[in-house]
Amino acid sequence: MTQEFLITILATAITAGTPILYAALGELLAERCGILNLGVEGMMLVGAVTGFVFAVRSNDPWVGVLAAMLGGGALALVHAFLTVTLQANQVVSGLALTLFGTGLSGFIGKPYIGIPVENAFKPVTLGFLSDIPVLGPVFFHHDPLVYVTYILVPVLWFFIYYTRPGLHLRAVGENPAAADSLGVSVYRVRYLYVTLGGMLAGVGGAYLSLAYAPTWLENMTAGRGWIAVALVIFAIWNPLRAMLGSYIFGGIDALGFRAQAMGVMIPSFFLKMLPYIFTILVLIMVTRKAMANRVGAPGALGLPYDREER
Amino acid sequence: MKRIISFVFMLVFVVALVGCGGEKPKAQEDKKEPAAKEKLKVAFIYVGPVGDGGWSYAHDQGRKYLEQQMPDVETSYIESVPEGADSERVLTELVEKGNKIIFATSFGYMDSVIKVAQKYPDVKFLHCSGYKTAENVGTYFGRMYQARYLTGIIAGKTTKSNTIGYVAAFPIPEVIRGINAFTLGVRSVNPNAKVKVVWTNTWYDPAAEKEAAKSLLEAGADVITQHQDTPGPQQAAEEKGKFSIGYNSDMSKMAPKAVMTSAVWNWGPYYVETVKAIKEGTWKSSQYWGPMSDKIVDLAPYGPMVPEDVKKLVEAKKQEILEGKFDVFTGPIKDQTGKERVAAGQKMTDAEMLSFDWFVEGVDGTIPK
Repeated sequence: MTQEFLITILATAITAGTPILYAALGELLAERCGILNLGVEGMMLVGAVTGFVFAVRSNDPWVGVLAAMLGGGALALVHAFLTVTLQANQVVSGLALTLFGTGLSGFIGKPYIGIPVENAFKPVTLGFLSDIPVLGPVFFHHDPLVYVTYILVPVLWFFIYYTRPGLHLRAVGENPAAADSLGVSVYRVRYLYVTLGGMLAGVGGAYLSLAYAPTWLENMTAGRGWIAVALVIFAIWNPLRAMLGSYIFGGIDALGFRAQAMGVMIPSFFLKMLPYIFTILVLIMVTRKAMANRVGAPGALGLPYDREER
Repeated sequence: MKRIISFVFMLVFVVALVGCGGEKPKAQEDKKEPAAKEKLKVAFIYVGPVGDGGWSYAHDQGRKYLEQQMPDVETSYIESVPEGADSERVLTELVEKGNKIIFATSFGYMDSVIKVAQKYPDVKFLHCSGYKTAENVGTYFGRMYQARYLTGIIAGKTTKSNTIGYVAAFPIPEVIRGINAFTLGVRSVNPNAKVKVVWTNTWYDPAAEKEAAKSLLEAGADVITQHQDTPGPQQAAEEKGKFSIGYNSDMSKMAPKAVMTSAVWNWGPYYVETVKAIKEGTWKSSQYWGPMSDKIVDLAPYGPMVPEDVKKLVEAKKQEILEGKFDVFTGPIKDQTGKERVAAGQKMTDAEMLSFDWFVEGVDGTIPK
């Protein structure tokens, strides 16, 4: 019983954490190149609805995922245009895009509310991996989109810390003027990663509408985009820690509900508060320049870059 | 230069946004205005999107019914209006636009409604589920617990594990009353069954609500019902091949194999009656708590899995409720500890029902204090 209970909690933490993880990885890429993207919630919603609409129309969930990437990416492109080319305030642009994305997704999704999707993502087992006791049911009884993150997270981690383009990415976020003087196109890098980030946020939304729920309801992300934004700071801009953080966020609800069903009341408000407290602590920490450098906070985060003002 | 371009761009963007938001009601007005200028304008504000498939959706169905039944009435709505200070602004705007009747459809609008109503005595305000009234403010709600009791009978007859799961939003009297009524219904046909309660602490989060339902299914529940604003719990039951009872509106579309029936809000007839009364000048401010016989609450059509004899049982009880022969909260009623709270033959008063803070016997759960 206890082992089974533990397995369920951990496995649920992974499924519940995956939409947040996708969005957090997207936000992480954007912030690593120095652009704060507060439009994640809107991009997730647009991804969720375009993914759902295309999956229903084509009867293929992968077409849905592709559409979600395009939808989220398109919205992120607007953010890149406003903040990189026009150097608009990143906070205002991001918030505007969240409002816009919420409205747009509601508008597109009107005829699709509550209808079931025939070919939603379903759990797939991976041969011997799924048969490993305890670890198998926890990690390898999920749908394909979860498995994608198992590969994506280490690849992104390696990419950011150990490759040349990754170095460029970090350099642009740390000190765009220096990167520019070394011949890295700051604008191109920022456009690229903000858009990629939006695509990932879109997939996060599609995970909700095509695998987790799977259905379309207006505003169905219910604030997960904001959690992702907080999580990136919680993870100190590291994909591996973002993965861990997403699973913690996902696991809290799973644990809370199951404890209740077993007749134990645990103070869920307190548990839900913990990650945010840690986020605030990190934010306080990085206000000190030396500390920020040590943990690896992007130095130019939130600052527009203008070549002419160099 | 770039600053200026960016500023202009943002401005255009924001204007476009605001334009998008207000477009719906405006388009409706434009279409109908030339035809009849004397139309009575009625506005609705919703706490969620009309596409929530639950609470706000049900109210919007009522609005559509009103428009259909009374062609000389022109309706508009604003969705996803946050409770609290923001709603005051929205209400004022609606009055300024010439609306003569405003339905505010969530509890948290209460104080804003009272404030705005004081400023505009010639506009009538109807506030759903609240308790504050004024000369031009009435409240309205339905006795959903009657429908809950009936759905409890179906659940009690269906369950094999004698465990029924109830996904509940917040521990407030309205929700507790529903859980109690449902449990009394269950136990009236199956005294061994228990109703397990899980609190989600949210009204609107489809994924979390589904997760809560899954935890109940894992704990042995084979019928799931809920007090939330989305059909998330129904989908959990559908996926696990178990049964479920919907709430707010007919949820069979979202989970056709699981939903046996839904306890539904049917606001349309009430909206028509109220608007007619106001038009004719017979309306007076009151606290309306409509019974099932007013059709404000009802059961959605049964799913094909509900056996004939259960349907008959439910219909018979429904008839008793409609004719006023049976009251759900009639003693003897015991609480969870087995203590008798309502003596045999006694009926709970409205005041008692509106301040429920204890569970009846058969509920497996706790009310967080």
